[in-house]
Amino acid sequence: MKRVVILGGGVGGTIVANLLARKVKDADLTLVDRTGKHVYQPGFLYVAFGHMKPERLVRDERTLLHRRVKLVLGEVARVDTRSKEVILKDGDAIPYHYLVIATGAEIVPDGIPGHEAAHQFYSMKGALRLREALSNFAGGRIVVAIGGVPYKCPPAPAEAACLLDYRFAKLGRREKVRIHYLSPLGRVFPIESFSPKVQELFERKGVKYTTFFNVERVDPIAKVVHSLEGESMPFDLLILVPPHRGVAFAKASGFADAGGWIPTDKHTLEVKGHERTIWALGDATDIPISKSGAAAHFEAKVVAKNVAAHLRGEIPTARYGGRVFCFFDAGFRRASALRFDYGHPPPPMAVSRRWYLGKVLMNRLYWTLIPTARV
Amino acid sequence: MIPQMVAARVVDARGSVCPGPLMALIGAVREQGVGDVIAIYSTDTGSRKDIPLWVNKAGHELVGAFDRGAYTEFVVRKKR
Repeated sequence: MKRVVILGGGVGGTIVANLLARKVKDADLTLVDRTGKHVYQPGFLYVAFGHMKPERLVRDERTLLHRRVKLVLGEVARVDTRSKEVILKDGDAIPYHYLVIATGAEIVPDGIPGHEAAHQFYSMKGALRLREALSNFAGGRIVVAIGGVPYKCPPAPAEAACLLDYRFAKLGRREKVRIHYLSPLGRVFPIESFSPKVQELFERKGVKYTTFFNVERVDPIAKVVHSLEGESMPFDLLILVPPHRGVAFAKASGFADAGGWIPTDKHTLEVKGHERTIWALGDATDIPISKSGAAAHFEAKVVAKNVAAHLRGEIPTARYGGRVFCFFDAGFRRASALRFDYGHPPPPMAVSRRWYLGKVLMNRLYWTLIPTARV
Repeated sequence: MIPQMVAARVVDARGSVCPGPLMALIGAVREQGVGDVIAIYSTDTGSRKDIPLWVNKAGHELVGAFDRGAYTEFVVRKKR
């Protein structure tokens, strides 16, 4: 019986495992995950703002997996592509015929000197700490900055700026809070076609912004963030998106670039140099698309179809066209949406109550619809 | 033509799309020493606008932008 090993129990890996279990009856399916806990990461922002409870973001991976998928808890040390084995840190070796890597990205807060003075919402711990800091914040300047590109969920920091405006307006303390957004690029939003929309929102909400501000270090005593470009910005509260990198084992296995991202064909999602044997999807790859579950969701379907075709001895034909669909929470219970692919940048969509309801529904129905691959 | 031997670092960002080449350059500038020359290859048309704007704002020197047919080579000297 052919063995398929899937690394990573996030949205991408879970969908691939469940789809394969349904599509192919005679394959041996194993999913390896470090913790056995599946985390809905888009919820971190909402935990930080007190809109979601932490327990709503975490479920046991076992409860989300098809019964035919074996779950192994363990941390991957490396992949031996010659013997076709996944080597775990405890020394166990898991042989594979086909391998799917969906291990996401790691955050590296200590990549920025002085980061201890900053807050972030890219982990549960960070989100809870920020929630407390926001509750205690009496007034002053809140700076939202980005510690490095690429980072997960390109809209998230700009959404945070909009939600800060909403929060303090609702509390009747907006005039006591200055919000300043620092963008590493020459525009406020990474995706060029959508950037004017975000800029318009910022201007309407009184969110100040500076472009080409690449964070170099934070001075925790003076409470100033300094940029590589030679500028500095004082803050009373700093929200700093931590730098990201690919998972360590990819480098140890010899298939990662300098940033730790896995060179992957953007259409077939096969790992370059290991075609027909190893696929990668989601944040772990170097493909030119947003690092987000909204991309991994669509990528996972392509990978599952192509691995299933190999298992059946058929020619794989599914291709990922760069499809992403996600929401942009603009605060005041309104949102916009981004729908795009490799050939079509997202058109600026109106900010409306309808898209906000879409985002709320996604936050609620994620567990029922997405990891189970119902949609 | 700037000979490659002058560059302390060559970053091949061909095939990477906006803002990839600019971010690759910023990463290289972070790591290199003052006075080093960095060459970056880009096939992304947005780089022609982004890279000179950033180099100017960051106080470095754009030695030149050279059309190499299928791609553009930007040569940057780290000044501070």
